[in-house]
This record gives sequence, structure tokens and C-alpha cells, in this order.
Amino acid sequence: MELLTNQILAGIATGAIYACMALAVVMIYQAIDHLNFAQGEMAMFSTFMAWQMMQWGVPYWAAFVLTLILSFIGGIAIERLLFKPLAKAPILTNVAGFIALFAIVNSVAGLIWDFTIKQFPSPFGSAPFLGSQLISTHQAGMIGVTIGLLVLLFLFFRFTRIGLAMRAAATLPESARLVGINTSWMIALGWGMASAIGAIAGLLIAPVVFLEPNMMGGVLIYGFAAAVLGGLSSPLGAVVGGFLVGIFENLVGTYIPGAGNELKLPIALALIVIVLVVKPSGLFGHTVIKRV
Amino acid sequence: MSAIQETVTDAPAIDAVPKRAMTLGAGTSAVVLLLLLVMPLFVKNFVIFQLTTVLIYGLAVLALNILTGGSGQFSLGQSAFYALGAYISAVLMEHAGMNYALTLPISGIICFAFGFLFGLPALRLSGIYLALATFALAVAMPQFLKLGALEEWTGGVQGLVVTKPDAPFGLPLSQDTWLYYFTLAIAIAIYIASINLLRSRSGRAMMAIRDNEIAASAMGINVALYKTLAFGVSAGITGVAGGLGAIVVQFVAPDSYTIQLAIALFLGMVVGGVGWLPGSIVGAAFIVFVPNIAESISKGLSGAVFGVLLFVVIFLVPHGARQVALVCQHWIGKLKRS
Repeated sequence: MELLTNQILAGIATGAIYACMALAVVMIYQAIDHLNFAQGEMAMFSTFMAWQMMQWGVPYWAAFVLTLILSFIGGIAIERLLFKPLAKAPILTNVAGFIALFAIVNSVAGLIWDFTIKQFPSPFGSAPFLGSQLISTHQAGMIGVTIGLLVLLFLFFRFTRIGLAMRAAATLPESARLVGINTSWMIALGWGMASAIGAIAGLLIAPVVFLEPNMMGGVLIYGFAAAVLGGLSSPLGAVVGGFLVGIFENLVGTYIPGAGNELKLPIALALIVIVLVVKPSGLFGHTVIKRV
Repeated sequence: MSAIQETVTDAPAIDAVPKRAMTLGAGTSAVVLLLLLVMPLFVKNFVIFQLTTVLIYGLAVLALNILTGGSGQFSLGQSAFYALGAYISAVLMEHAGMNYALTLPISGIICFAFGFLFGLPALRLSGIYLALATFALAVAMPQFLKLGALEEWTGGVQGLVVTKPDAPFGLPLSQDTWLYYFTLAIAIAIYIASINLLRSRSGRAMMAIRDNEIAASAMGINVALYKTLAFGVSAGITGVAGGLGAIVVQFVAPDSYTIQLAIALFLGMVVGGVGWLPGSIVGAAFIVFVPNIAESISKGLSGAVFGVLLFVVIFLVPHGARQVALVCQHWIGKLKRS
């Protein structure tokens, strides 16, 4: 029993990483209706920017805020320059665009900061949290930030004018345009916000997985899985999905003999697929009603 | 947080393709065929090998095109079917001593069955959710092939080395040239069969499902049957391509069939034009040659160069090679009239 609770705790700790990433994924999905495959690389790039600023002597929180602002602007710039012209292109062409963006960002980051692993500081320290060996203060901080972010997003979408406009633009673009919402800029705003949330995720993940251009590969896969498991239309679902994926992963690694590190991911994914087969639009997602 | 309501009256995921636009005209087909036939006579063995690879990837892209362009289902798991086909061929050749040509139909049939069965749970999923499910398959396959229990057959992480076949009947062809023509023959046969499939009742049923599933089922189409059938056919063709790949590369190893292969095949489909079968070969050429070109332009930035080239292509022709073909057709039509 002790082993079980310990593994669940450890799962929640890793799950916080996935939850963070999944939140960014859901954010962009809300705005543009696709999964952005380059999300992880964009977050990685933001994290490198923060690292670079800290190397230049900027204190952590200043670098944090600056990175968020730069990422926000960068996300909007990418949308305006690369994906606005593709707005009328087929969906699959857009997905190819994400893959291209992935390749570009990864390669450029590798060229600027090379592929060696770098340490990244944590604002919360890494002492054991409340005497538990399984969760460090950093991981507890990460869970706190993720939940805080979730609440902020909820408030933003629920109670601000611009949040309402974004929701309207995503749900029924044509009607939204008729009531005077600039839907094109709402999409850009969605990109910016997703990019900033991704940056937060990157900054929180980097102390755990270390900083290097390929750091997001594994995390993004789990983040997608978490977002899909929770239902892509729900930020709450993304966070719950993230924790669930973390717990799944840990329990599979512990209790299934011979699973080890290699088979952890496939088995976790298989479990998610089984959940999806039972509940095709995710745990918290809305069933989309189609009209003929 | 159920703040965001969804009322979707969305259009189908993929624009409908007029039926005639699925293929090339007779004249164009003949020219392309002639080019493919004479090309190996003028180039070096290594280039012939690359051209064979293009044909093989072309088959795999074609298979994905049938699934996505034909029936509207998205798959990131094609690399798993490709791996399965490759391994079946390799194991049959090396452990059972079977003739290489005979292993291909077996690969195809087993992959068809596997794809058909995988199509059953996939029935409940669509769009992104289906992408994730197939993605899981692609991630699981290399790990599965590495399993200790199967090592006796698969060779574990090391993989298997396959002997390269000679030209039969004492034909005066190098091994590479022979394999090229062998692959070409199979590719043409499968291409014609696929076109006939999409023109048949079954093909029309698949396209009806792609355009609107509910309307299709209202017209009496057995949606479950045709969706799984599309998965099966696609997996079968990918399996044959995988078998050919194993024979031509002479080597199978789990890490050659990662998710990157599935992504490459997807890019090939987009560049060739979704739902346009002749585009498959163009897309395959893109994924075989462009990474090499990118590498030769800049070693350190090859990924960025590849990405930029990909962006250039999708900016200029968002509908892929099909768009180029349509424009050409338009101009030729004008010239004829004047």
C-alpha cells in the first residue's frame, strides 16, 4: 500500500510537467482547432532565451517576465508571418507547416546554443517537500503554478470581454465577425497566449529534464496524450489528464513486470487509447454534435 | 470549466475531390511511365537505389492517401505497418529461406489483417483522437520488435541482415537495376489496382464516408465495414512497401521504423496532394531527396533548411503537386484551343 501511494505521489509530480504542457496545447487548440506539433519546440526556445538572459546576469524573475513577454510577441509573430497566409489552406497542409516549424526551431536552437545539456535553476529550490522524499519543493511549486494558471485562464475566459470574444471567435467565427469581433486577431492572440503558457511550462520543466534542444520531445508526447485524454476542449481536462498520465506511467513502470523504461510509453499510450475508445471525446471534452 | 460551448456544423475535413481528378490522363501516364522505365539506364547504381527508395515510399504514401484522401481517416501509425511488412519479409527470407518475391504477398495479407483489426477500435475515434491512437501504434512497434521473447526471430536491437537477390533468368542487369524494375512493376500494379478500387463501388462508399459520415450511413453504406476496409487496404499496401524496403535496403532494425518514418510519409502525402494518387510519387521524391539537399546546403542547419523548403512548398502550392498538375492542365488546354 505504501508503495502504491508513493508511486501515485511520484506520478502526480511528473504529471505536473505534462499538465503544464497539456494546458498550452489546449490553449492553442481552442484558438485554432489544431494541435500545434511545434508547441514543445517553441517552449524550448523560450526556455533557452530565459537561460541566456540569466547568463547575462538578469535575475530569475525579471528573466521570467521578459521571456513571457517575448514569447507572447513571438507567438503572435509566427502566426502573422507563417500561419495567417495558410488560413485558407487545407488542415493537413497546416499540420505540415507545424512540422516544418518544429524542424526549424529545433535546428536553430541547436545552432545557437548547441546540444550539450545545461542546468536550469528552479525558483522553488529542490529540498524535499513537507518531508516527503518523492516530491521536491520544485515539483510542489510546479503543481501550484499549474493550478494557479488554470484558475487564471478560467477567470480570463469567463469574466473578461476579450476572453468572451476569443471564445466566440473559436466557436462560431462567422457569427463572431458579424458582431464585430476581429477573429483573425483573436487567433493571433491565442497563439501568443499558448506560446507564453508554453514558456512557463518550459521554465518549470527545464530544472527537471535539463535544458537542451531535444528536451521537449518526450514531454510533448505526454502533453498531447494528456490533452487528448482530458478532452481537447477543456483546460481542466488537460490538467487532470496530465496528472492521470503521470500516474499511469509510474504505475505501469512499477507493477507490470518487464515493462521497464522502454515499454512505459507504449503501455501508457495503449491505456489512453482504451480510455478513448470508451469515451471518444476525452474525459472532460464535449461531444461534438454534427449536423448533416 | 464547461465555459466553451461547441455547436459544430463544420465542413468535411478534406475538400471533396472531383472523381476525374484522382488520376492522370492516358497521355501523361504514358510519358511518366516511359520516364520511369528509361531513367535507370542513364544513372549510377546509387541513384538507381535512391529511385527504388522513392518508388517504395511512393507506395507507402499511396497507401496513406487511400486512407486519408479516400476515406478521410488520419493515421500517424503507417510506420508500424511498414515495419511489420519489412519484418515479415525479412524473417521469411532469412529463417524460412523463402523466395523474396513470394514473401511480399504474405506481408501484404498479414498487414491487411492487422490493419483491419486495428481499424475496429479506431472506428470510434476520429480526427485528432484517431491520430493519437495510431501514434501510439507507431511508438509501440519498435519497442515491440525489440522484445526479448522475439529476439530469436527478429534479432532484437541488432535487426536482421537480408541477402540481396540477383536478377533472375541470367538477365544482364545489376542487382540494383533489377530491384528497381521489380519494384516498379509492383508499384504500377498496385497503383492501377488502387485507382480501380477508388473508382469502384467500395471506393465511392469510402469517399462518401469521407465527405459526410452521417449522410453516407443514411444512404445505406456500411460505415464500419468500409472504414475498417480502408484501414486494411492501406496497411496491406504499406506492408508490401515495407517488405520491398527490407529487400532493397538489405537490413531491418527496430529503429529504422520510428515515428519519424510515419511523419515523413505524412509530409509526402501533403506535398503530393491529399487524395491525388499520382502525387504520391512526387511526395515520395520530396521526402527522399529534400533532406539530402538540405544537408548539402548546410550541415548544422539542415533541419532549418528542410523546414524552410517545406514552408516554401506549402506556401506556393497548399494543395501539393495536384495543384501544379491542375495549373499545367489548364495551360495545356488553353494552348490546344488557340
